Amino acid sequence: MKDIAEIRADFPILNRKVYDKPLVYFDNGATTQKPQCVIDAVDEVYKSYNGNIHRGVHYLSDMSSEAYENSREKVRSFVNADKREEIIFTSGTTGSINGIAFSFGEQYIKPGDEIILSRLEHHANIVPWQMMCERKGAVLRVIPINDKGEIILEEYYKLLSSRTKIVSVTQASNALGTVLPLIEIIGAAHSVNVPVLIDGAQGIQHGIIDVKALDCDFYAFSGHKIYGPTGIGVLYGKEKWLTELDPFQGGGDMVDKVTFEKTTYNELPFKFEAGTMNYPAAIGLASALDYVLSIGRENIESMEKELLSYATERLSAIKGVKIFGTSDKKISTISFHINGIHQYDTGMILDKMGIAVRTGTHCAQPVMDRYGIDGTVRASLCFYNTKKEIDSLAEGIEKVKSMFA
Amino acid sequence: MSITEIQDNIVEEFSLFDDWMDKYNLLIDLGKELPVIDPKFKVKDFLIEGCQSKVWLHPGFDGNLITFTADSDAIITRGIVALLIKVLSNRSPDEIINSDLYFIDKIGLRQNLSPTRSNGLLSMVRQMKLYAIAYNAKNK
Repeated sequence: MKDIAEIRADFPILNRKVYDKPLVYFDNGATTQKPQCVIDAVDEVYKSYNGNIHRGVHYLSDMSSEAYENSREKVRSFVNADKREEIIFTSGTTGSINGIAFSFGEQYIKPGDEIILSRLEHHANIVPWQMMCERKGAVLRVIPINDKGEIILEEYYKLLSSRTKIVSVTQASNALGTVLPLIEIIGAAHSVNVPVLIDGAQGIQHGIIDVKALDCDFYAFSGHKIYGPTGIGVLYGKEKWLTELDPFQGGGDMVDKVTFEKTTYNELPFKFEAGTMNYPAAIGLASALDYVLSIGRENIESMEKELLSYATERLSAIKGVKIFGTSDKKISTISFHINGIHQYDTGMILDKMGIAVRTGTHCAQPVMDRYGIDGTVRASLCFYNTKKEIDSLAEGIEKVKSMFA
Repeated sequence: MSITEIQDNIVEEFSLFDDWMDKYNLLIDLGKELPVIDPKFKVKDFLIEGCQSKVWLHPGFDGNLITFTADSDAIITRGIVALLIKVLSNRSPDEIINSDLYFIDKIGLRQNLSPTRSNGLLSMVRQMKLYAIAYNAKNK
């Protein structure tokens, strides 16, 4: 296995300085940095074989199409789906969720129906459902969380009823890091024949994901959060659902036959891929998944676990630091607040020390409301981070404290 | 002092420091000097909400000059608010409308006023000018 220096050398940006200080990149929850192989893969498309996919008879189009379909196969095997037809490329997690919320809503939702989400959702897994509920006269029901930032399963079980039509929850909270008990959530929903969508934006990059073992009906994630390019995402759906659902977008490539009277749709997965897809990014994503596999997902999990426990220990030891999200099951994300100091001030000073964190509500305002706060500082770590960087953060926090005391 | 002179003074004050931390320490001190806004104006009507920090801005007009009082929940933002007040408070509507705020750029705080940095400061400058336009119209 590569050591940490070798791993870091794979990511050119990690070597740069900001304000003359070595970059400490702790905003991986927002987007991850890219290894050279991903940058090369995208570069290679444009340099040597760019041609629009699925359309031409010519050589370049063939090459692009083949690489694009190979990426689909790569994603299929990465999430352990049964069939390549179950893997739809989208623009990102947001695109995937919006698509399902639209198509599912149009087809199955009636006034008074209920959709269950959790309090931990990112806005991307709230607003599309809210928009659908407004159109359809349906109602959102929300699974509450406890003080540790864990969902309360008993309350979820109580929410499930004959009115429930779909459950859509995140795999891990972007704001607090909590990992949700997906097996229990999916099992309970299925026992009353309700399908479940998993927002995997904060889950896919942190360990092994097996959609078959999970038995989720839909799974959404973004390429750029798993070391791939931006502008590409994935929607996994069980074949049964994707066959039944109508497309959420119309356009070229997704059709079988078009007349002005009626259009029939192409077969899966193309039915859901209208217009020119971001095939260079899909090809880059495949390279990112290869990279993750080359490091090893078990290795990533154990490296991140160690970083999380070290960071938790270091930050907890600083007087005045309060960590939000204290579940035993967390991804390597730490949300915190320094007593009496606004998160924006903290973020600005850390930035000047070369430390990139996110501040604010993290697109998860209901989580902040739960704690009665208007934001936190979030350090989201991943396997290429180091304990030394965590030490820098701890020193940064001390500096912030001394400046604003 | 004219708006230009005050801006030049600020630029000079900041030019004494090369280090970012020193510049921020100065901002923090400026924030502490900002005259306290009347708590009754720290309400929604006078709130300029950014997604990072909040700014409250209250205008007063004596028929001649506009006086601003303001506050923010973040100290660095409050420091920049204090600078904007220094430059734009106690001015005629015309002066405010025609002002060109180059000092922010020159002291290296432009990123704090960029539209991508939603801390409410850019909206604050817009709001100050809007008040000036409104008072100007009222005067005519």
